[in-house]
Parts: sequence; C-alpha cells; structure tokens
Amino acid sequence: MALDSKVPQGPIADKWTNYKNHIDLVNPANKRNIDVIVVGTGLAGGSAAATLAELGYNVKAFAYQDSPRRAHSIAAQGGINAAKNYQGDGDSTYRLFYDTVKGGDYRAREANVYRLAEVSANIIDQCVAQGVPFARDYGGLLDNRSFGGVLVSRTFYAKGQTGQQLLLGAYSAMNRQIGRGKIQMYNRHEMMDVVLVDGKARGIITRNLVTGEVERHSAHAVVIASGGYGNVFFLSTNAMGSNVSASWKIHKKGAYFANPCYTQIHPTCIPVSGDHQSKLTLMSESLRNDGRIWVPAKLEDAQAIREGKKKPTDLSEDERDYYLERRYPAFGNLVPRDVASRAAKERCDAGFGVNATGEAVYLDFADAIKRYGREQALIHGDHNPSAEKIDKLGKEVVKAKYGNLFQMYDKIVDENPYETPMMIYPAVHYTMGGTWVDYNLMTTIPGCYCIGEANFSDHGANRLGASALMQGLADGYFVLPYTIGDYLSDDIRTGKIPTDLPEFEEAEKSVKEQINFFVNNNGTKSVDHFHKRLGKIMWNKVGMARNAQGLTEAMAEIKALREEFWKDVKVPGSADTYNEELAKAGRVADFLELGELFAKDALVREESCGGHFREESAETEGPQKGEAKRDDVNFAFVSAWEYTGEPADAILHKEQLEFNDIELKTRSYK
Amino acid sequence: MSGVLSSSIGRKVAMAASAFFLMFFLLQHFVINLTSIFSADAFNELSHFMGTNPAVQFALQPVLIFGVVFHFVMGFVLELRNKQASVKYVKNNGAANSTWVSRNMIYSGLAILAFIVLHFIDFWFPEINHKYIANLPEDPSRYYGELVHKFHSPVRTGAYVAAFAFLALHLLHGFKSAFQSSGMSAKRAAKLETVSKIYAIGIPVGFIIIALFHHFNQH
Amino acid sequence: MDMNLKLKIWRQNGANDQGKMVDYSLSDVSPDMSFLEMLDVLNEQIINEGGEPIAFDHDCREGICGMCSLYINGEAHGPDRGITTCQLHMRKFKDGDTIYIEPFRAKAFPVIKDLVVDRTAFDRIQHQGGFISVNTSGNTQDANSLPISKHAADEAMDAATCIGCGACVATCKNSSAMLFVGAKVSQYALLPQGQVEAADRVRNMVAQMDAEGFGNCTNTGACEVECPKGISLDNIARMNREFFKANI
Ligand SMILES: Cc1cc2nc3c(=O)[nH]c(=O)nc-3n(C[C@H](O)[C@H](O)[C@H](O)COP(=O)(O)OP(=O)(O)OC[C@H]3O[C@@H](n4cnc5c(N)ncnc54)[C@H](O)[C@@H]3O)c2cc1C
Ligand code: HEM
Ligand code: SF4
Ligand code: FES
Repeated sequence: MALDSKVPQGPIADKWTNYKNHIDLVNPANKRNIDVIVVGTGLAGGSAAATLAELGYNVKAFAYQDSPRRAHSIAAQGGINAAKNYQGDGDSTYRLFYDTVKGGDYRAREANVYRLAEVSANIIDQCVAQGVPFARDYGGLLDNRSFGGVLVSRTFYAKGQTGQQLLLGAYSAMNRQIGRGKIQMYNRHEMMDVVLVDGKARGIITRNLVTGEVERHSAHAVVIASGGYGNVFFLSTNAMGSNVSASWKIHKKGAYFANPCYTQIHPTCIPVSGDHQSKLTLMSESLRNDGRIWVPAKLEDAQAIREGKKKPTDLSEDERDYYLERRYPAFGNLVPRDVASRAAKERCDAGFGVNATGEAVYLDFADAIKRYGREQALIHGDHNPSAEKIDKLGKEVVKAKYGNLFQMYDKIVDENPYETPMMIYPAVHYTMGGTWVDYNLMTTIPGCYCIGEANFSDHGANRLGASALMQGLADGYFVLPYTIGDYLSDDIRTGKIPTDLPEFEEAEKSVKEQINFFVNNNGTKSVDHFHKRLGKIMWNKVGMARNAQGLTEAMAEIKALREEFWKDVKVPGSADTYNEELAKAGRVADFLELGELFAKDALVREESCGGHFREESAETEGPQKGEAKRDDVNFAFVSAWEYTGEPADAILHKEQLEFNDIELKTRSYK
Repeated sequence: MSGVLSSSIGRKVAMAASAFFLMFFLLQHFVINLTSIFSADAFNELSHFMGTNPAVQFALQPVLIFGVVFHFVMGFVLELRNKQASVKYVKNNGAANSTWVSRNMIYSGLAILAFIVLHFIDFWFPEINHKYIANLPEDPSRYYGELVHKFHSPVRTGAYVAAFAFLALHLLHGFKSAFQSSGMSAKRAAKLETVSKIYAIGIPVGFIIIALFHHFNQH
Repeated sequence: MDMNLKLKIWRQNGANDQGKMVDYSLSDVSPDMSFLEMLDVLNEQIINEGGEPIAFDHDCREGICGMCSLYINGEAHGPDRGITTCQLHMRKFKDGDTIYIEPFRAKAFPVIKDLVVDRTAFDRIQHQGGFISVNTSGNTQDANSLPISKHAADEAMDAATCIGCGACVATCKNSSAMLFVGAKVSQYALLPQGQVEAADRVRNMVAQMDAEGFGNCTNTGACEVECPKGISLDNIARMNREFFKANI
C-alpha cells in the first residue's frame, strides 16, 4: 500500500481552514447514533473524549489506571507552548512552526506542524476557560517562561506542575460528560486487541484489570491515545505502566509504525543509584536556565570524587570543565536536549563522570544563587551586601523558582542541592516515533486514529521542550474532533456494531489464549527479569549513540531474549483476578517485539538526526567536528513499517518529506 | 433546614452553632458564679434575676436545654456515623498528626454530660422544685447560701473539678473547631489561638477556683 | 549500610476475603531504595519462592499521579512529610525495624486486593460538579481578556495541586473526604470562571460526598499534616462558606 499523507492543497497557512470548510459533517441527531472508542485518557485521549462527547457522539473511554486523572501526562513539569505573543517578543504562528520543524531536525511533516502552531493559541484560551490556574503576573495577565532551543518566551506554566493542571482540566471536561452520560469511563481496563470488521476498526477487546474479565466493545471508530513507549528501555521517566501494547496491537493488525528509533534522551534526570532502580526522575529543563553543567577538568579529580575523597565544592573554577559552555558558546547550557545529552555521555565515557557509577555530571546553582542574591540586595537598597546575605537572598529566589524540584531531588538523593551541585545524567524521556498517521490523524487502518505521544507526531527526530503537551491537546481538542467527523459521516446509517460478529469472537479467543498461556507457563523467571534485560540491551546498543554493529547485535539479542521469554516466563496467580504480573507480561511481550523493530529502524537510518545519533554519521572536520551529521539527500523521509510477522521482516514504506516553507539547514548551536 | 441538616456540612455547622451557644452560656454562667467570690449580694441579685425573670426562664432556659440536648445528641450522631464510615487499622499512629483532645471529643463530651446530669440533680431539680412544684416562697437571698452549701462535700467538689478539667480538654479543641466549622479561614483561626487557649483553660480553671474557694471557705 | 527488615503486610485476596496481616522478612535492603522498590524486591523474592506477589497501586513513582497509597507504620504515605509513598526512601528506616504496611482504609474505599483499594468514589464526586461547563469551540474568549489577580490564581493553584491520593481520608479518624472536596470546590470558588455554577457545584459535590459514605469532619487537622501536597484546612473552611452561601 502506498502511503498517502492526505495533506490538503493550497498555501500552508490556509490548508487547515480550507480543509475544515470542505469536510463532511455529521448532523447532531445522527451523532447520537455513533459510538467512538478512545483508548487512553491522558491529555490527548482525555481532551478528545470530552470534545467528542460535547459534540454528541457516544464515547467509551479506557484507561489502565483507576482514574483518568492519573495518566502520565500528569507528570509533565515545565510548560506548554503557544504562539500567543503575549510578551510582544516577535512570536507568531510561523515562528512556532519554524522552531518546531528546525528543533525536530527537519524530520516532521510541515503541514501538520503548521496546523499545530495555528491551534496552539486556542488551547490556552480553552484551558483558562476551564479554570486551569496558569501562572500570572501582578497585573493579572498570564506569565510566560522560555525553554531550550528558541528565542522567544512562549511557554505557559502552572508552577512545576503544568501537565497536572492541564490534565485535570481535560479530566474536568470529561467529568462533565461522564456526569451527563455521554462518556462511559472504563477505569482499570487494558486494551488487549483491536477488532477489524470489513477492514475497518470497529471495536476492541479489553481486560478488566480488577476482575480479569475479557470484554468486547464495539464502536464506529477507535482512537488510540495510549502515550509513549519509552519503557522499552525499562528505565525511563515514564510511568511504571506506560506501554506500547495498544499501539503495537493495531500495528499487528495493519497500522504502520513510524520512526520507532526516534527517542528523546533527556539530559537532566536523577542518575541511577543501583540495581533496584525501577524508574528515573526528570529534573525539569527549566533548571538549565540557571544551572551550569560541569565535570572535573582533571581525571584524577573525577576519580577522587567518585571515591568520596573530594567534594565538588573543593574544586576551584579552573579545575572545572563547563563543557557545554566550552563547546557551544552561543547556546551554552541551553542547547537542545539531544545535544546536551550526548555531550554528557561523551564526558562520562571519557572517565570524567562524578558519582559512584561514573555516570553523572554536575548541575550547579552556586553562580545563580550569587547572581540573584546580588540582584535582590540591590533591589532592597543594599549596595554592599555581605556574602551571607547574598547567599540567603539568592537561595530564596532559587527556591521560589525551583523549590519543588529541589525538594524532589533532596528526597531521592538525600543531598541538599542548595549547598552542593545536583548530579544529573541523561535518561529516556519521550518517544517521537509511534503509529504512522495521515493529516487526519488516521492510521493505515480505516477508522483507527492515533493521537498524542502514541502517534509519530509532529516533532520529527527531536522534540522541543513544552511542545508535547501542546500537541496532545491540539490533537484532542481541536484536530481529531473535526477530522473524525469526515470519516464518520459515512457511518450514519450503519447502526450499532454488534459484538457477536465472528471477528470479535476470533479476537477475544486469541486474547484469552495468550492470557491462559501466561498463567499456565510455569517458567522460572519473572516478567521484570526479562524487562530489565531488554532495557540493558536497548540502553547499551540502541541508546544515545548507535552503530551498525551494535544495532545488528541488538536485533539478534532481543530476538533471542524474546524466545527465552516465551519459554521461561513465570506469571504467578490466576487469570480471573487482579493480577499485575499478568498485565505486565502482556506489555513486556510487546516491548520485546517493538525493541527489535526499533533497532532495525535505527540500523536502516544511516544518518544522525535529532535524538538518533549514528556514530558513523558525524562531522569529521571543520568547526562542527564530532557533531551529528544529517543526510537530507538520502534520509528526508519518514520510515513507516508494515508488520509481517517477525519484526526483522517488517516492510519499510517511505513517506518522503517535502519542505516548501522552510529551508533545510544544518542545526548549529556553536 | 432539614435538608441542610441531612448534609455533612450542615450538621457540622449546626454542631458549631450549638457549641457557640453553649460557650456563650458558659461565659455568662462563669461571670455570675465569679461574683460569688467577691460579693454574696451581687451573686444573689444576679441569680435571682436569672431565676425569676420570665424571659430567662421561659425563653432562654428552654433554648439552653435544647442547645445542650441538641449538642450532645448531634455529637453522638456524628460519632456513630463516623464510626460507620471508617475501618480500623491494625496499627495507627494518630499522635503523629493530631492532638489527643481532638481525637477524643466524644469522651471529654461524655464526661461533661455525666457532670451535667449531676449538675441537674444538684442545682437545677431543687431549683425547679423550689419554684414550680413545692411552690416555696420567694427568697432573693437564698442562692449564695445554697451554693456554698453544695461545695461542702469534698466528693462533690472533686467531681466538679474533674468535670471542668474535661471541659477544658473539650474546649481546647472545640473552641477553634467551632470557628473552623463555621468557615473561618485558618489564617484568622490562627490568630484565635491565644483567645482559644485563654477561653478553654481560663474558664474551666475559673470554675474550679470558684469551687475550691467555696470548699475551703466554708463558714 | 544495607538493612534487614521485618514486614507485616495486609494480604486480602479480593473484596470478599477477610484479610489478615502476614509476616515477611527481607534482607539487604539498600537505604537508597524507594519504599516501593523495596516492595518490588520483596515481590521478586515471593515470586521466586512460588508465591503470589503483593498487589499495590503505583504508576508515576514521582509523587504526582496519586496512585500509590500505603498506610505505613500507622501513617498515610509513611513517616516522612510532604511526600507520597513512592517518594519515601528506605533511609527513613533502621536496620532491624518492623514495618506495618496496610491499605488506605475507609468504608468508601473498599479493598480490591491486598493493598489496592477502590478510590473511584472521588471520581464520582467530581462528576457531580468538578468542572466548569465550557465547550471546546475554538473561539473561546482570549485568555488574557479576563485578568485574574495573581493572589487568587496562586491560591487556586495551591488548591488544585491535590493529587487525589486519598491520604486525607485514610488518615482521618472519621474517614472524611472534606479536604479533597474542599480543595476542588476552592479552586473554582477562587476563580471568576467558577462563579456561575458555584452554588450548584458545592451542593451537588457535597451531596455525592455524603452519598459515598465518607464521614464527617471534626477538624482534627490530621489530613492537612499527612497530605503529600500540603493542601490547607482553609479549603474546608472555604467549602463550608460556599455551602452556607449556596443554601441561604
Ligand atoms: C516526567 C515528564 C515530564 C514532561 N514534561 C513535559 C513538559 O514540561 N512539556 C511538554 O510539553 N511535555 C512534557 N512531557 C511529555 C508529555 O507529558 C507527554 O508526551 C504527554 O503528556 C503524553 O500524553 P498522552 O495523552 O499522549 O499520553 P499519556 O498521558 O501517557 O496517557 C496515556 C493513556 O493511555 C492509557 N493506556 C495506555 N496503554 C493502555 C492500554 N493498553 N489499554 C488501555 N489504556 C491504556 C493510560 O491509562 C493513559 O490514560 C513530559 C513527560 C514526562 C514523562
Ligand atoms: C453534653 C455533653 C457534651 C457532649 C456529649 C459533647 C460532644 C461533643 C462532640 C462529640 C463534639 C465533636 C464534634 C465536632 O467537633 O464537630 C463536640 C464538639 C464541641 N463541643 Fe461538645 N459536647 C458536650 C458538651 C459541650 C459543652 C458544655 C460545651 C461548651 C460549653 C461544648 C463545646 C463544644 C465545642 C465548642 C465543640 C466544637 C464544635 C465544632 O467543631 O464545630 N460541648 N462536642
Ligand atoms: S487533599 Fe491531599 S491527601 Fe487528600 S487527596 Fe488531595 S493530595 Fe491526597
Ligand atoms: S506512584 Fe504516582 S504518586 Fe506515587
């Protein structure tokens, strides 16, 4: 099947408006006869479910947590972008569009990104109307902060809990519709498979995680909004339950999976502390506004620190290597995430890492405390403040800005970051890859849509800070509700989809078979055992720096691990009760397939772009020596993989990317 | 009203309202009793007024009785409902997050209730008997003597002292709680902290002093 | 220094089972582990011994989703302050300690299994008014056309940080949900957008709260102390005022 992105004709700025003016609509009376399933109630799914219900569709929404409010969108800290230009600093729809495409290293679809920038302003209006308490200035107007990789201040925020507040906004919109009976909410339900009838998505099979019951649900369209798959690395900043299963199931039924290897490794996370580690915690990017990143300049100092013989505060200025400021004088500590992460890995690999494991660098606020302290003293009219006073005033400012993050760090690491520099290390954070969708957000299965982090999204090969929240809400509030209507207008005479069709029976049967297999397998190793081993392979060979040999090995190792998993996995308990091990087994089974496709995708992409760094494709001379080298001639395409059985045999379809409104350039932050 | 009383917040506010009334009554009672230390005549005069004024007797007194009954009945109702709503822990460390007095209002309340019963038997029944049943002649100067006489017995005085100790415990939480229940913000309630302590400790201690004063000053 | 611990953990096989405390011992616990990582290790040990692992709720493991919910040594979210169970670290305990682990208990939070409880009563309360009725039209008024004082916005934000974990209910001797409901009512009461529906909101949410079988607040203040997000008792007082206004 040839890929058709269905991008509307016309100038980029008019595409979305023209599109909306010409699509088919469903009249309100008919919407009552149409059912839509939404899998996932994070920012994307929650906003979509609420809006579809407002429009009059009957929505059935599913989440594996006990409430929509707990989706992992809740964890987003920093903020959400919107081209409001409230600060009057020259922001515009075009500039947001441009920054996003450039930040993504020119691997995103122009028309989608433009639309995203276009609706971004509506998101803020909508959220404020819902009662989302964004930060405000003393005049009562909305405040903004700035994020990495851009030159304007367009990030709206609610303390360090922006994702939480936006999700609670979407949740409240859902609550209103649940109260009215327009959304039926299925908490603690996991989607186990999608059901196709005559080639169209017409329902799903779920497992009730409390009772273990396997259930059939039918609808006229199915929307997947199940979030990212970073947990394929076992350790990531994702929630423990985050998974690829919903996306993977539709992939196996015909939805192409795009760019699986585009992963964002976030530079500022709390380092791993030991084998017991179950997840990693992000320290918001906003910290890089004030923190300076460094490692010891001398190997012997690094070693002394690792052995606990020296403290970071013992080192003088010239014994420190502020390597980002050294390598990237123009952007310094505020280079984009992919660049900052690779630079940290480079230093640690060279032996300059600072914690016991050698995998950490410092994020130091001492200078910021001094700078703010002096500033405050002046504001208080003290022109000759003592060092203690500067220190005290400075710490107050830092606390007001980042207090909750500092507390979080202190609780986890048991060190006071006001006194000693934080230790940070890159960690898997976000997946730009995902289910391939066209301009309508429809996958290659008719009637099956994919939104939010789960789709291959608008971020190309690297996502800029504060733009995932924007994308999730744009998809759910403002894009999908239109595009899905165009499809559903053909379904007004279809009537209810019966769940006793053979297709449902078939799907249910295979789901039950898999469940029974797991509980009866009597293997010897726990699910986590396999998940951790998969994570190690992924991190070591498909992580921040990749090469052909490692990737080839990884593919073979993952395949072998998968085979071992199916032979030897041990799932205690029974199928008909609450059984978390069973739920995990299903998810890890899918990760074990995805992992291999992930490595294959990375192997095929013989260029470096964004979060994907191929060691073979680096600049070898000139001022950019050692930096990632993109290959626009051969790789300006989206890789969309078709499932055929074994992940290694997946078929590659290329969606060629065209850049008509933005000129392709090398990203330089020097 | 009944609609409001059937809601949890309504009950809470009603509880606070009855408590405010009781606290006001207590204050007034205290002031009158206090005079007994300084002047038998003043005490007699005030007591006589309270005991014979029709407004006090036929308006305030029934309200007071209703207030007391309402307060403890509502207290029991709340306690029962709360017991029903909760499930016991195998290990619970209540002291980590709340005061003992706040968790045991029902016990301090029960002790006060026991005292009130005693008090009724002691002061109030003879009063009613004197005035309305036996129809004994008016004697505006009898009150002081009766009061002093009551505190003759060490047992009774002891019970009286103990009851007021419980009242202090009850009020140590109750005073602030009533304000919080009726919607006062915590910032303002914090300013009440001292007033609360003065009231909750001062008044019961005052009552105790009065009792001891008369006990040890028997003529 | 690694620790050896004795654990007393509530095991209950489903809602209708009686349930009881079961003893476990665990050795070589690193003080750097989080409390839930300690339970992960215990579960791995139980699985390897052929038993059924202990069920407990958790997801984000960074103190924001509100899913984790343990009553540890008699306190909701354990002995530390201002954090959830998933943020509690083993360095708060000593070698040789005995740790009691129970589910959040309240009649309105029935046990699903072991340490997992059903907190959907909270959702049902929100369905009755935890929202502002505004449709997603794409032409809502501009966000800055309605200035809101920074003070009110900040206070609304403080109320809105509630993560819906239920520690307030679990710790309350009356199993009262007033801190949770008060926080939501307050968030909207503090914002101009919330005024139109204010009276109905507080009436309906309180009615649902009562119907779910939560107890009655007696102002012990335990909830505020144990709340991982520092939600203030002020929110209860504000809800009482709103309720009063709505019913006069
Ligand atoms: C720590 C952290 C901080 C971040 N900070 C920012 C930030 O500051 N700014 C920004 O823009 N972005 C940020 N991001 C990224 C952003 O938060 C996410 O990309 C975005 O919220 C994803 O939303 P979503 O709706 O697609 O998925 P999610 O919110 O992850 O929701 C997934 C939903 O799918 C359900 N689900 C999953 N699988 C199944 C299944 N098999 N069956 C049934 N239901 C299922 C879940 O129950 C859940 O409801 C951050 C991410 C993390 C992890
Ligand atoms: C008759 C015996 C009494 C009993 C059984 C009783 C019981 C209770 C109980 C169980 C409470 C807790 C309910 C709550 O905090 O909401 C309470 C609260 C209170 N009681 Fe009593 N009490 C009695 C007498 C008194 C008296 C005599 C006074 C004061 C003079 C008093 C003052 C208060 C106050 C101020 C409160 C707090 C009200 C609130 O929280 O809104 N009580 N009482
Ligand atoms: S008020 Fe606090 S304790 Fe209660 S649910 Fe909210 S965050 Fe949890
Ligand atoms: S697991 Fe999310 S708050 Fe603890």
